[in-house]
Amino acid sequence: MTLALYIAAMAGVTYLIRMLPFTFFRKKIKSRYIRSFLHYIPYAVLSAMTIPAIFYSTGSSVTAIVGTGAALVLAFLEMPLIVVALAASAAAFIVGLIMTHI
Amino acid sequence: MDRKKEFMGGLASGVPIGLGYLSVSFGFGIKAVGAGLSPLTASVISLTNLTSAGQAAGVDIIAAGGTLIEMILVQLMINLRYSLMGLSLSQKLDKSFTAAHRLAASYGITDEIFAVCSARREKLTPAFMYGVILISTLGWVSGTVMGAAAGQLLPAAVSAPMGIVLYGMFLAIIVPPSKKEKSVLFVVITAAVLSVILRYILTFISEGFAIMICAAAASAAGAALFPVSDSEEGGE
Repeated sequence: MTLALYIAAMAGVTYLIRMLPFTFFRKKIKSRYIRSFLHYIPYAVLSAMTIPAIFYSTGSSVTAIVGTGAALVLAFLEMPLIVVALAASAAAFIVGLIMTHI
Repeated sequence: MDRKKEFMGGLASGVPIGLGYLSVSFGFGIKAVGAGLSPLTASVISLTNLTSAGQAAGVDIIAAGGTLIEMILVQLMINLRYSLMGLSLSQKLDKSFTAAHRLAASYGITDEIFAVCSARREKLTPAFMYGVILISTLGWVSGTVMGAAAGQLLPAAVSAPMGIVLYGMFLAIIVPPSKKEKSVLFVVITAAVLSVILRYILTFISEGFAIMICAAAASAAGAALFPVSDSEEGGE
């Protein structure tokens, strides 16, 4: 019973945080500064989430760096998201295999 | 607007998210069972919360016998970034996004789903968002079930490299516009530098909160130095 209450609190708070601005903010923002701010938010969020966390994402900094390099090159060449994402993982996997067999 | 096409487009865009979630939530499943929760409880948490850092912290609080107030405050702080994302997405919604659709789709505002939705050039439709959310949730919940039920189902050589999938996708979203616009490049680099500073120097700031600070500061600087014109806005 208590456990259910805790889970309900977790889910409820998380849902409200997501729902309130998304549902009730309906008008177009007029301020050029705030529009610019919101324009840059996605890039800033993703960058802050990726650096430096990506270097810890595979449990080995060597495989993570190789994976990051692969992703950067393919992203620079504007390959599709899924290609970049899976190639990063494949590169990390292959380097990991090589490392364990040397 | 062709709803079926939009939905299929959402499913396709969500594939890398679903795959990434599968590996991340696998870890969450292992963690939850380790903290004394049943596989069913772990899966219910994943289905109702759909967030990584918040769930991990929540399980920690349950395991440590923390108070309900603590649970609420921690969730608020870790997940507050979603409100900023919701605000950003609210600016590019298609007319078909009625209040009922907003109430439903807001369930699925996560870092990754937000990323895919805001990388889209077109206006955001409910069908597209549902497609992304469906496949992502599928990956998230089934990964939790597998992690909780089978523990070490996959050898580490396979599961460890899966940890980079989501970050690879993030890079694929931010690199091309950074190449074209120096304003975006500036924001991306500023956010990354701040993130490194917070991670290694201001270590007392929680991860969810740190992301919010970095993103807000970098975007505020970007908006001050490179205000967007009306024509630029559609092309984000």
